[in-house]
Amino acid sequence: MLNVEGVTKRFGGLVAVSDVSMTVAKGSISGLIGPNGAGKTTLFTMISGFERPTAGRVLFEGDDVTGRPPEALALLGIARTFQIVQPFAGLTVRENVAVGAYLRHPRREEAFARAEEVASLVGLADLDRPASALTVAGRKRLELARALATDPKLLLLDEVLAGLNPSEIRDIVPVIHAIRDQGVTILMIEHVMQAVMSLCERVHVIANGRTIAAGTPAEVVSDPQVVEAYLGQGAAGRLAGRAVHG
Amino acid sequence: MTAYRSILLVVLGLAALPLAAPALVGAGIFAGANTLYNLMVFVLIIALAAQGWNLAGGYGGQFSFGHAAFFGTGAYAQAILQTRYGINPWAALVAAVALGALVGAVIGFLAFRARLRGSYFALVTLAFAEVFRILANAAPITGGAAGTLVPLDVRWANLQFASREAFYYLALAFVALVLLLNRLVERSRFGTYLVAVRENEDAARALGVDTLQVKLKAITLSAAITALAGALYTQKFLYVDANIAYGAWISIEALLAPIVGGIGTVFGPLVGALTLIGLGEAAKVAIHALFGSAIPGVDLVVYGVLLILVIAFAPRGVIGLLDRRAR
Repeated sequence: MLNVEGVTKRFGGLVAVSDVSMTVAKGSISGLIGPNGAGKTTLFTMISGFERPTAGRVLFEGDDVTGRPPEALALLGIARTFQIVQPFAGLTVRENVAVGAYLRHPRREEAFARAEEVASLVGLADLDRPASALTVAGRKRLELARALATDPKLLLLDEVLAGLNPSEIRDIVPVIHAIRDQGVTILMIEHVMQAVMSLCERVHVIANGRTIAAGTPAEVVSDPQVVEAYLGQGAAGRLAGRAVHG
Repeated sequence: MTAYRSILLVVLGLAALPLAAPALVGAGIFAGANTLYNLMVFVLIIALAAQGWNLAGGYGGQFSFGHAAFFGTGAYAQAILQTRYGINPWAALVAAVALGALVGAVIGFLAFRARLRGSYFALVTLAFAEVFRILANAAPITGGAAGTLVPLDVRWANLQFASREAFYYLALAFVALVLLLNRLVERSRFGTYLVAVRENEDAARALGVDTLQVKLKAITLSAAITALAGALYTQKFLYVDANIAYGAWISIEALLAPIVGGIGTVFGPLVGALTLIGLGEAAKVAIHALFGSAIPGVDLVVYGVLLILVIAFAPRGVIGLLDRRAR
């Protein structure tokens, strides 16, 4: 579904993403993890068309889509959410979701009908409220609903669980499963490891802009390089040593 | 359709003005029916220009400081097409609107392609209007500094009317039409996209909104409506020069009226134009009564005070105040 081939992004002298390649299989839920500043969001902005890679290619369903603008990619079927949620404050919740739905349903009635379907799927109620009145958890759901309303084939989720409390996370995890079960492929950036472990089939780990590991969640969390990226140099060895002595 | 009923009520209310005219004149508020109609036609023309501004500025968040560029193009096209080319004024009106739309599309294309936003966009539109004003003041085709006079020739076919009410009704009909258009836009995909662009362009793009196209559509439609106001101005006062057509005054009226009335609302521009011009005139009358002579520019002082009051106490304008009162 999605192939990222040797993508690099430089901002002046800073290399934010360096030669990253990854594949997301159709129908899967894949995770993109790594410590803060690893380049996860930069990679997302390139896949979704907001930034052009300095080098490398992005292939979507076999076509080279490198450097296409986000609105063209949305039409092809790539939708994304933003880490910092920003609802359209002047619109109601229903209208917010309809902005997404209008992409495939130009008529108001159809767009609103689709918006309501999507809203109930992600568990948004009381759609006539102004979007600015939503709680943080509500805004996260709205962000999800808006993206989903564009009927994407690939959904890029940038930390949808960040800022939620454990019970809110428990509520939203099944929603993400339900979205995948409708046939949407999902690639998510996530820091909440409990959710990554339970949701993702494959996980790609980057640190300092480079790929350091890829595999199933169980494989990557036991990878010494991953442990070191999170806990510091030598941490894996110390942990292993303690395991032997203990 | 409650969404359209309020428009019908407001328009009917304004259409009933001639019934109230004798009473208003009798009460000594207006010197005569002529003064009343001149003022009300002026209010409607400003309201129309403001309705144009509100579409791009209010709904779309593209704050233009140079809607004079469109107003002036409409006003000059209306004058020049009939005096120099002998084109029928009704046809000239259509051409003036089309020309205004074209100028809007060109300025919009240049500004939005360069990704100008916020104050940068505002300054560029202001610059365009000023350039047009200076050119119009010098070019022979506009009559230069002497301006262009449209000969008095009162005939229906000439868009000049013997009865005072006729022009009022014509202007009111256009305002009503744009009110309807506004409501239709509000309930359309284009209108929703426009607000989305105002609130957050990146989020809109991620949802497949072609923001350049949406903004271009908005500025083109906005310019067309403001050009119509300019063309009506020419037809009402039968004279236009560079300072009237492309002067900063109309850019200010066009943006102040929606802000005072209620930005990004259907009725905001109309309510704002009524409030601004009504209070401005009242101030003039009051000053005259108090000091026995006029103080030039006192209406501008009133505008300034109103703007400060609205920004401080009623960010959603007069409409917002009424809304709050109603709840």
